[in-house]
Amino acid sequence: MEKIFTVSVFTENSIGMMNRVTIIFTRRHLNIDSITASESEVKGVFRYTIVLRTTREQVDKVIGQLEKLIDVFKAFVHEDSEVVHQEIALYKIKTASLTNGDVEKVIREHHARILTVDSQFMVIEKTGHVAETQLLFTNLQPFGVLEFARSGRVAVTKPMKEFSTYLKELEESKG
Amino acid sequence: MNSTKITGAEAVMKSLVAEQVDTIFGYPGGAIMPIYDALYDYEETVKHILVRHEQGAIHAAQGYARTSEKIGVVFATSGPGATNLITGLADAMIDSTPLVCITGQVASHLLGTDAFQETDVVGISMPITKWNIQVTKAEEIPVAIAKAFYIAQTGRPGPVLIDITKDAQFGKTDFKYEKCANIRSYYPSPKLKISSAEDAAKLINEAKKPYLLIGQGIMLSNGEQELLEFVEKSGIPVASTLLGLGAFPNNHPQYVGFLGMHGDYAPNIKTNECDVLIAVGMRFDDRVTGDVSRYAKQAKVVHVDIDASELNKIIKADVAIHADAKEALKVLTQLVHNKQHTAWLHEFRDAKKVEVDTLQENANKLHSEELKMDEVIKMLSEITKGEAIIVTDVGQHQMMTARYYQYNKTKSNVTSGGLGTMGFALPAAIGAKFGAPEKPVVAIIGDGGFQMTLQELGTMLQSEVAVKIIILNNRFLGMVRQWQQMFFEKRYSFTNMVSPDFVVLSKAYNIEAKKVEARTDLKESLLNMLNHNGSYLLEVMVAKEENVFPMMTTGASVSEVRLN
Repeated sequence: MEKIFTVSVFTENSIGMMNRVTIIFTRRHLNIDSITASESEVKGVFRYTIVLRTTREQVDKVIGQLEKLIDVFKAFVHEDSEVVHQEIALYKIKTASLTNGDVEKVIREHHARILTVDSQFMVIEKTGHVAETQLLFTNLQPFGVLEFARSGRVAVTKPMKEFSTYLKELEESKG
Repeated sequence: MNSTKITGAEAVMKSLVAEQVDTIFGYPGGAIMPIYDALYDYEETVKHILVRHEQGAIHAAQGYARTSEKIGVVFATSGPGATNLITGLADAMIDSTPLVCITGQVASHLLGTDAFQETDVVGISMPITKWNIQVTKAEEIPVAIAKAFYIAQTGRPGPVLIDITKDAQFGKTDFKYEKCANIRSYYPSPKLKISSAEDAAKLINEAKKPYLLIGQGIMLSNGEQELLEFVEKSGIPVASTLLGLGAFPNNHPQYVGFLGMHGDYAPNIKTNECDVLIAVGMRFDDRVTGDVSRYAKQAKVVHVDIDASELNKIIKADVAIHADAKEALKVLTQLVHNKQHTAWLHEFRDAKKVEVDTLQENANKLHSEELKMDEVIKMLSEITKGEAIIVTDVGQHQMMTARYYQYNKTKSNVTSGGLGTMGFALPAAIGAKFGAPEKPVVAIIGDGGFQMTLQELGTMLQSEVAVKIIILNNRFLGMVRQWQQMFFEKRYSFTNMVSPDFVVLSKAYNIEAKKVEARTDLKESLLNMLNHNGSYLLEVMVAKEENVFPMMTTGASVSEVRLN
């Protein structure tokens, strides 16, 4: 059965790393819904967060192939219930539409915030799950959304084991 | 102060020498000229084999690595030089062959500009190398090479590629070489979990019909002796994958044969009759398993592999041992009981008899005077006592050789297994001979595959290497023709093959050659070929429409092997 999985990959920060990671998915004809990368809590170690819909069997094999990459320390897979995750979305609308009191109401209801107001446009920011940022998009549409951008998922896991502990274990496992 | 500095190109050569490289297969070109210039000063210590096409260089390096326990080293230029390596990289990747390929690249300021002979070889080769890197500064060269050699040969071996820009080759650097012994994100030698070995031993000790499958991992870990001790103590029958041939002496009484689509009858069908299946250093390729949903379902499976991603990838293991094959076998030998499985071994012998009898019946029905491929292979095996290095291409002749050559020596089987690369054998045989110069090397090739890389006859001529070539000429792309006969209503779509006069061709390269058509001439011709001083090409005309049996057809299970 297909499900949403969050794959976290801890890697060195080397040129082409993103490509090395993504071709593992491409080769298995898996489509990535979103991907983000940033430095993790360990200096110099990068964390890729990849969201995709597939089967448990497929994703477990992908984890094996990812860990086989020389520059990958470790890869994890989690279901939605095992991670705390967020996405950020930005909405650009005409400043003129602010005179319509309904816009203010929508922003309040969604607990969104106004990032910037220019004479011509304003930018609204909302963080949350896809469904939440999507709902705000739908509600803002009547006022004309000039641009809309949503980030990939960032996620941290619920289990308490830290990545640095895994790192230590891996180092000790070297024969 | 700057007088101690050397160029990046010289740093390449010094680094290779520090890694004990004494043989390089390559082809020069614009972007690798500084390295070739540096190589010119190493004529005494480093042998460079000038090939006729870069694909020939990489296949030769593969043959070299497979027979010598050393790493195959390749030089090629940028652009087409680099792209011509791709087939060999994919082949070495899937067959776990350690290679270090060094490609020249356009100068760094030209990267991404579509400069002359620029191609993104790092991008292209990413999925088919164990690791690759682009180097744009001279001072980065020694570190990259040290890493490359470490990665290529540790863990599950594989090909690596280093792409060096021309300005990095010309640039100046201080030189200090330190071998790489650790990469923090790479764990090539897993510690064997003793508890999993104990679980495996328990299954083996309680088994009535244990069955051992071996792969190339035995040879890659140099575990041949440990294997022999394990097998003789446990009394378990042993079968081999295509790439595992040679890891266990084929004349040993516990050896039961070759696995897979065209493997022997007994080892395939017994897979579904054993109670404990022990797989060491093999990866359950689809050509071995047939339909996985009907593969060894009745058995408990013990799988030993150094590559964690292979465990539970195709066949679920009841006990997965993530370890080096040699080490695992050593531990298992201590844990298993001294046993004999005489009755079980007899079952294999009985099944073998069914195969031999049926194949004989098939042959009798043909009433053909034409020579058969298996006759040639059997005779070659007998004459060489199963002790030659045998290099095969891809197709019917490859399966016939795997079936009928008795591989009694380790690292004596060089073939393209996973990728099935036609054109592999001729260049690989050249490399194999440089890897094991004291042993006879015989390349067995079809008329189709030979013509894919026959330009390497020029390499043989120039390097004066002594390789024996047998072309089994059936005037067809035989394996495809067999499938067309069996599954496409004999519609022989573009499988008939018109070939040049191979004897004349060979002689043009100053390689002695002969054509054999009569059975009565076969033995003497083979002897003449083997005894000839230097290279030799023997073209053997074989039956046009011979089929390889047994055969496990697509979608069939290992129990459904066809004998005709």
